Amino acid sequence: MTQLGQLAKVLRSKNSGPFELTLDVLFDSEDRYRMVKDSGLITKKTVSELYGITEEQIHHLVFFDQALGFKITFARDISSGTVGDRDVYGAQQHAPLMVLDVGPMKEE
Amino acid sequence: MNTDIRILSPCGMLGYGFPEQSFLRGMEYELHGIVVDAGSTDAGPHKLGAGVSIVSKRAAKKDLDIIISNGVPRGIPIIIGSAGGSGAEKHVNWTLEIIREILEERGLEAKISVIWADFTQEEVLKASREGRIHPLSPNIPQLDEEAIRETSSIVAQMGHEPIVEALRQGSDIIVCGRAYDPSPFAAIGIYHGKDPGLSYHLGKILECGALCAEPGTTKDGILGTITDDAFLVQSLNPERRCSPISVAAHTFYEKEHPYILHGPGFTLDLEHCRFEEPEEGIVRVTGSRYLPADKYFIKLEGARRVAYRTFVVAGIRDPILIAKLEEVEACVKEGAQQYYRDIPDSDYSIHFYNYGINGVLGHKEPEKLRGHEIGVMFEVVAKTQELASSICATVRSTFLHYGYEGRKSTAGNLAFPFAPSDVEFGPVYEFSVYHLMESDRGAFRIEHI
Repeated sequence: MTQLGQLAKVLRSKNSGPFELTLDVLFDSEDRYRMVKDSGLITKKTVSELYGITEEQIHHLVFFDQALGFKITFARDISSGTVGDRDVYGAQQHAPLMVLDVGPMKEE
Repeated sequence: MNTDIRILSPCGMLGYGFPEQSFLRGMEYELHGIVVDAGSTDAGPHKLGAGVSIVSKRAAKKDLDIIISNGVPRGIPIIIGSAGGSGAEKHVNWTLEIIREILEERGLEAKISVIWADFTQEEVLKASREGRIHPLSPNIPQLDEEAIRETSSIVAQMGHEPIVEALRQGSDIIVCGRAYDPSPFAAIGIYHGKDPGLSYHLGKILECGALCAEPGTTKDGILGTITDDAFLVQSLNPERRCSPISVAAHTFYEKEHPYILHGPGFTLDLEHCRFEEPEEGIVRVTGSRYLPADKYFIKLEGARRVAYRTFVVAGIRDPILIAKLEEVEACVKEGAQQYYRDIPDSDYSIHFYNYGINGVLGHKEPEKLRGHEIGVMFEVVAKTQELASSICATVRSTFLHYGYEGRKSTAGNLAFPFAPSDVEFGPVYEFSVYHLMESDRGAFRIEHI
């Protein structure tokens, strides 16, 4: 079993404006990037299950080959810094994605 | 035109600090602008709502002193984007005061231009009535008149247009109110006749300082060069290096999409960009496309006060209590509500944040509790500070002495790190305006002072 966090070089979360959170996953090897991209596991369905949100709340899920990375942007339940928010910068929302099991993977 | 245009970005946020050596290395090049971003909505709505800055005056002055004392004598235009953090009138004036102090202390003179980004409630109401206002994403409510009237401070993100105009007018220092972060950088390239797509893409990279290098940081300088068909990025600190991957990956940062960016009056399409390294540590980028929009929209930001807060931080070490903490908290909340049953529910709310259980992720937390100690923060947010503090005191005393089923530690449930335990926080704000407004390119007023 390999976790996404073990393969990625950067795996982070941050606000994309006060009403959205964005998750970035970046790799430093083309092979690892391809393995994850081609696994077909990175889908709106997977992310919605990880975060307990609906697929409609996910505004973007996009791979960018030149940067060896993908990005997932979803709606915040509560906008940044107001009553009930728990993470003003949205900087610690990445952990559930980090432990996503991306299956048995061959090392390059 | 085939003059290369060079822009120095000293750091990703004015007041975050940067190594002076990196800056001086940048000064060795023939520069066409020193541009620094001072703004962000990252720190939440409080800065805009309360009219305060993100960084200290001391830190902003320290950075600006290096920039001004080197740039002004050499006649290099200096541009500050989103002055004071949120770019509203108060923030701009705070920045101007610092600049005046530096000029006076250094015995320098400079032609200062200010580009205001404030919009009045009347202007926004009028736009709203004319159907010119739209939410930025599906989870943002439509803007109603009540929200506009309750929002005391509204700014909009400017594009490059007024900044280019201020450059044309021969300004030495341009202080921008709220700006789209890349715009003050893009303005330099566009003013010199360079491609707007390259200018904006470079701006998007430079606005974060050396974050596009490895190791990345907002607290160091970076140099951008625009040629006629490409732009180049390089670190000004030999301890960092830009690579095609680090620069390509940077467009991910804090944006909703990795290669489509929306700015005032345009979309930037970076899908087919090429990132190369013609010389070690210098990254060359081509293929950034600027697509003008049919209609000119600017992004409005506004914050309103929604409540006052009082909070308590405490630790819990008792294993019996930890095992049933959420159940106990529900009872404590109910007890306080019972005590204050004369006060309508809508006037206040009580929240518990259990660090060690799900303090960060809340209901999204998938992990089961494992720890032996919990940090609990509870707050009461209410219509007035007095109400918040009164109810919070009741929640605290109820929680401290609550006799839950199976309790053995009958002397007290909470370990307070401080005395007094209750902290009056003051007002809480929310982003009540985060909408697009259809406008024209001349919406931002330039003033010379």
